[in-house]
Order: sequence, then structure tokens, then C-alpha cells
Amino acid sequence: MYDIKALYEASSVAHATELLLAHPEAQVIAGGSDVLVQIREGRRAGMELVSIYKLDELRGVELEEDGTIRIGSLTSFSHITKDKIIKKYINVLGEAVDMVGGPQIRNIGTIGGNTCNGVTSADSASTLFAWDAIVELSGPEGLRRLPIKEFYIKAGCVDLRPGEIQTGILIPQKAYEGYAGHYTKYAMRNAMDIATLGCSVNVKLSEDKETILDARIAYGVAGPVPMRTPSAEQAVKGQPVSKETCRKFGEAVLLDINPRDSWRASKAFRCHIGEVMAERGLEKAIRRAGGGI
Amino acid sequence: MEGKQYQLVTCTINGKETQTMVDVRASLTDMLRNDYRMTSVKKGCEVGECGACTVLIDGEAYNSCIYLAVWAEGKRITTVEGLLGPNGELSDIQQAFIDEAAVQCGFCTPGFLMTALEILDSGIEYSDEELRKLLSGHLCRCTGYENIFRAVKKTMLQRLGRI
Repeated sequence: MYDIKALYEASSVAHATELLLAHPEAQVIAGGSDVLVQIREGRRAGMELVSIYKLDELRGVELEEDGTIRIGSLTSFSHITKDKIIKKYINVLGEAVDMVGGPQIRNIGTIGGNTCNGVTSADSASTLFAWDAIVELSGPEGLRRLPIKEFYIKAGCVDLRPGEIQTGILIPQKAYEGYAGHYTKYAMRNAMDIATLGCSVNVKLSEDKETILDARIAYGVAGPVPMRTPSAEQAVKGQPVSKETCRKFGEAVLLDINPRDSWRASKAFRCHIGEVMAERGLEKAIRRAGGGI
Repeated sequence: MEGKQYQLVTCTINGKETQTMVDVRASLTDMLRNDYRMTSVKKGCEVGECGACTVLIDGEAYNSCIYLAVWAEGKRITTVEGLLGPNGELSDIQQAFIDEAAVQCGFCTPGFLMTALEILDSGIEYSDEELRKLLSGHLCRCTGYENIFRAVKKTMLQRLGRI
């Protein structure tokens, strides 16, 4: 038995909003792999829950008419990894979420929960930052869309207003077309572990594969929330595809990241692997984009 | 004090349609063990780390300890009790666990069997590395995993007609 004060099961997105407005203290529960564990720990014990688990309309991945990839917020990690649209256009997201927890966790954990808990180490978050993802929220005033960077306010806190739930994550065509990416998770174990540092790199090369037209890089655990490193992105834009460029990319990362000392790893260690992960990540992304390096 | 909340849950367990009133605070592990005496579903860590409570829901492996019982409404659930043949025969994967000595204390075994079933039912031939990753959601403190890995791999190859 869980220490739950009351459970309200939403039957539609609008109903979820109604329930959240009627029970302002309630916690939203999607897959439960965070919330139920926190209840067990005592951190969220005795709370009211609004469950959105049964809202099947929020599951699945679709390609919209304008080329936007729409991921329903309740889509599980394993379904994202197996999805044909994800595999074809943004495979690196499928690879990143395939590193979350273990197989059973990936069957229940949702991408919406992974982003709404506001945790910097979320394996999906850095990759979504690197894809310029848009977060779609539904609340009493209707739909609201905002870039994922603005969705994260501070550690453990996202821009969810009273009565709002996240309904989807959108990746516009211009953000993924022509790009190839690579995600690195550095952790102590290969499974059931939290990233010491996570790094997602996307790159777009010129037609002759000799020049970097654009590169995006985002980190998890390099700061209180997932973050991009604009200095590194600027440093390689328009630069030739070479080992030297990748090295510069890694160096420039250090101008922006600000990891902390924690019991899991020191700041100095995180900065060191941050530099190496950027350099190697860019090399791998370039190879995937068809560049010779 | 607020009144207790109960809900009627109708689901299919090991091919049999069932119905019971469930406290909304119950986990699926609680319901399967207490209401249906499915004691193959083990209570280990109860926070989704050890995998001892793993069951199949609509063919996918879940930690039943971090799944609310009321969410089972309309779902198809499989536990180790559902693996036996009509006369109590063991299934191929259970026999492989015995043949490969993949069972010592046995506490992790039912969970491993359920995950193995999802792997086998996919009909995919996985590499050794992929298999290890797919089995990584379970803790076993006796066997060192090697025999478990061998049992799953052998059954996978048998089902695919490779051995």
C-alpha cells in the first residue's frame, strides 16, 4: 500500500485540468516511476494524486503535415526507441532514452514525466535541448507552447501553471532536417544509473561534407537545469570538418558549463569529461552526418 | 479522517478474466499477491530497482511494485503462474533455467522469467550485448548472472531454430 491521501483519475485532458484546479495541492502522476518511489521514500507521502496515466490520446509519435515531429507526453521511453518516425529522423533521441534506468523502467517511464520533474540529469532532456524542442502545455486558458529552454525555471522546477499538464513535445522540421546527432551518457554503471554527465551533439554539414554549417550541443548535469553551450556552437559554425575543430569545440564548452561538486562526482571531473564528451561527440556526429574525420 | 477509496478492477490474469474491489493505494504487486495469491510476484525493493516483482502487462515487462493496481483495469497480465502447461508442465524458459542452474535461492527467478518472456516473444535474435542490456533490470545476488544469461540465450536460439 502506498501512503496516498486520494487518487483522482483523469478521463480527458480537460478533466485533468478540472481535477488539478479542484485539488490545487495534488501531484500529477503519469507513469509513476518517480512519484511512487518518492511516496515510498516519504518525500511525497500522504499526497493527493491526479493520475493522467489512462489518457491514451497522449501516447505515440506522429509526423505532422508541416514536418513537425509530435511526441505525446505519455509515450514511454521504450516506445520512443522503437518508433519508426524517431528512428528515421531523430534516432539519437531513441538512443538517449534507451539509456534511462532499466528495461522495465523504460516501459513505464514517460518523456513528459522525464521533463516535467525538472531534473537536470534526465537523459531525454539534453537531447531535446539539442533538437530545439517545443513543449506543449494544456491548461485552463487553452494550449501554450514554449521552447524547452524556457520551460525549465530552476532545479526541480518547470513552468507548469495551476491546472496545466504537458501534452506533447514538438520538434520542428527545420530543427532536425539535415542534422545527425550523438548522445553520450557517462555513468558509473551501464544500467540503472543516473548520468554523471550527459551530452548530446547535433551537427549539419555542407553538401560537400567539408564544412560545419551548424552544431548544437546540450548537457545534463552541467548545471542546475539542462543547458546549451552557445560558446562551443559559435566556435565551430562555418569551420572546416577536422580534428582541430572538434578540439576547439570541446575547449569552448568550458566557457559555459558550470557543474557542481556532489557526492557522485567533483566539478573538476565533470568539467574534464564535459570537454572530452563534446570533442568525441562532435566527431561521432560528423561521421554519422557523412563527414570524413 | 477521510473515507477509504475503493475501485472495481476488471482485468485478465493469466488468460482468466477476473474482477475485484481494490484499495486505490494498492500497488499491482499488492493486488496480485493479496487478492489472487500470485506469490510468484515477489516483494523485493518495492521501488522499481530489483525487478523481483516483474510481470507482463499487455506483453511488456513492468515492475508491478511501482504500478497502481487500479491502472490494471482492462489489461492483460501474465505472471509465472500462467507459464505452466495444462498438466503442470514447465515452459521452455523455466526448463532452461533448471538445466543451466540459473536458480539458486530463487527469489529473483520469477521476475527474470517474465522479462525473458518479453525478450523471447519478440522473435528477435539479440546479440550477447543486447541480451545483457535487456536483462539489466533485475538484481540476482546468488548466480552472478552468467547462468541466467545462458538460459535465456539458449531458449532464444532454440525458439528461432538455431540449435
